[in-house]
Amino acid sequence: MKQFKGRPVVAGKCTAPALVSHQGFNTLASFQGALQFGELPIIGNKYKQTECDDQNNKDLYRKPMLGKALCLPQTIGSTTGGMVLYCARAMGKSPACLLFSEHIDSLAAAGAVLAAVWADEPMVTVDCLGQEFLDYVKDDMTITVDEDGTVTVE
Amino acid sequence: MDYKMTLTEEQQAILNGSKGETMAKVMKTLVMYGDAFGATKMVPVTGKMGHLVTSFGLGVMKPVYELMNKLIDAGAVSGQKFSVDPKPLDPNVPSDFLKNFVFNKFMYSVQDMYDSQLSKLGLLDDKSYTCTSYMDEVGNKPNKGDVLSWAESSAVVYANSVLGARCNRNSGIIELFGSIAGYVPYFGLLTDEGRKATWIVKVNTSKKPEAQILGSAIGMKVMEDVPYVQGLDKWIGTELTDDACAYLKDFGAATASNGAVGLYHIENLTPEAVEQGESLIAQGAKIYEIDDAELQRVKDSYPVMWKDKNAKPQLCFVGCPHLSLAQLAEWTDNVAEGLKKNGLKKVSVPTVFTCAPGVKEAFEKTPGAEKLKATGVVLSYICPLMYMNNPLAKKMAVITNSNKLRTYTTARYYTGEEILDIITKEVK
Repeated sequence: MKQFKGRPVVAGKCTAPALVSHQGFNTLASFQGALQFGELPIIGNKYKQTECDDQNNKDLYRKPMLGKALCLPQTIGSTTGGMVLYCARAMGKSPACLLFSEHIDSLAAAGAVLAAVWADEPMVTVDCLGQEFLDYVKDDMTITVDEDGTVTVE
Repeated sequence: MDYKMTLTEEQQAILNGSKGETMAKVMKTLVMYGDAFGATKMVPVTGKMGHLVTSFGLGVMKPVYELMNKLIDAGAVSGQKFSVDPKPLDPNVPSDFLKNFVFNKFMYSVQDMYDSQLSKLGLLDDKSYTCTSYMDEVGNKPNKGDVLSWAESSAVVYANSVLGARCNRNSGIIELFGSIAGYVPYFGLLTDEGRKATWIVKVNTSKKPEAQILGSAIGMKVMEDVPYVQGLDKWIGTELTDDACAYLKDFGAATASNGAVGLYHIENLTPEAVEQGESLIAQGAKIYEIDDAELQRVKDSYPVMWKDKNAKPQLCFVGCPHLSLAQLAEWTDNVAEGLKKNGLKKVSVPTVFTCAPGVKEAFEKTPGAEKLKATGVVLSYICPLMYMNNPLAKKMAVITNSNKLRTYTTARYYTGEEILDIITKEVK
């Protein structure tokens, strides 16, 4: 077990299994399949757990993101990113929380804040956890986030 | 709510509900967003117009349209006119019954409703659907120093870098909120400090680097940092000519989609680099050297997502971001010459060139329009990315010279020269 102290961008408590991207997380590329087709018969089957659709992300491609503690350096790509994260949260298709090793980027911050202000349930978001956090955490480890931005990995 | 930045009396009053609950939530969103970046204050949006990234009426994105309705119902609409990204559909682009069924019934099923929402919120006009709103033919070209509330990664990086405007890489919805409130939080690329380069990129290639690959390489390396690029002026000059601007448009789009670059400086070329030179480089900036081998390594790293890697190309898209008028003319001449050289009348792969509606209208008044039509190339205002999001389109062998389109879809990347070669030769 190891603890890391970050900065709560959207404070809250959360426990979830980890899902780790060591590279920049392309929000649009990752969510576009699940958001567009997750509800459709047949086509949507492969997106029921919000499977990552980003072919360029070697860590996450085709892995389910729903309900996970998504651990990442930052998000990259299209400026629809924040809107996509907000939509994913409002539609119940998002990760449980977002845990950034670096300072949060403007697109992810927009998504986290939009969800906090406009969606029924905010998405706990912590940044500045450090590279050591991203080096230590592995897929399916249990993550517990506290209100003050303390992240426990076990 | 608790917040750290200093607000004016007017901003504080809006946050407290003086203009209603919805406007208070708009302001709360902007304040929380700014606080995440240590913004010290909100500053007025001084650019004449906004630009939105969300142009598609995807049936499933109900939360977005519900939010837009809340804004419209509360009269919380944009105080400035705005342009918006390209439309997702154009009947002129090759398709078939099944694809159209998926487009119209499952995907963009609320396009008309969303277009109507955009109109109520402040859309400039029907011709303002493009990712290159800064083209002269479109008319949303910010001035140097203007503070903007824009989204669309390729437009933001162009406005910052080539035009010298000031805009953060805002997300969809946030950019609209800035236009509604008339204020944006002051941080990042709005500040002098945030515009300093933390990377020096040294271009040492033996020929003019392909804009889309160079941008991709830099984007993947520097992520959201600001690069100061040396050695590129040798290949594209020291004047912001039409050719140089078109190059930088494509280069910037690749830096922004393959990474998260919102501003770059090109030594001796882009406005701030010309004015401030190496004083733009932050202390301790990292160095990235790019030669022919590095560009080849980057190109070779792109995954080919086609099921049959040797499939014959079925469709080709050129123009993501949308082509400029000069690029259209050049592509037209090159395709016509290539076909003539190879003894063909029409392109061998169904091909779509995309540009802004205003650019299309201007091009159609030139002799080039007939010349292009004769080659069989379709000219469209569509967003190729939104076309490719159709699961049936994903199964097609689509080729493109756009690194952005490659990144987000199953389209296969080729350089402009390779694309020209493929579409003007008999497909075997």
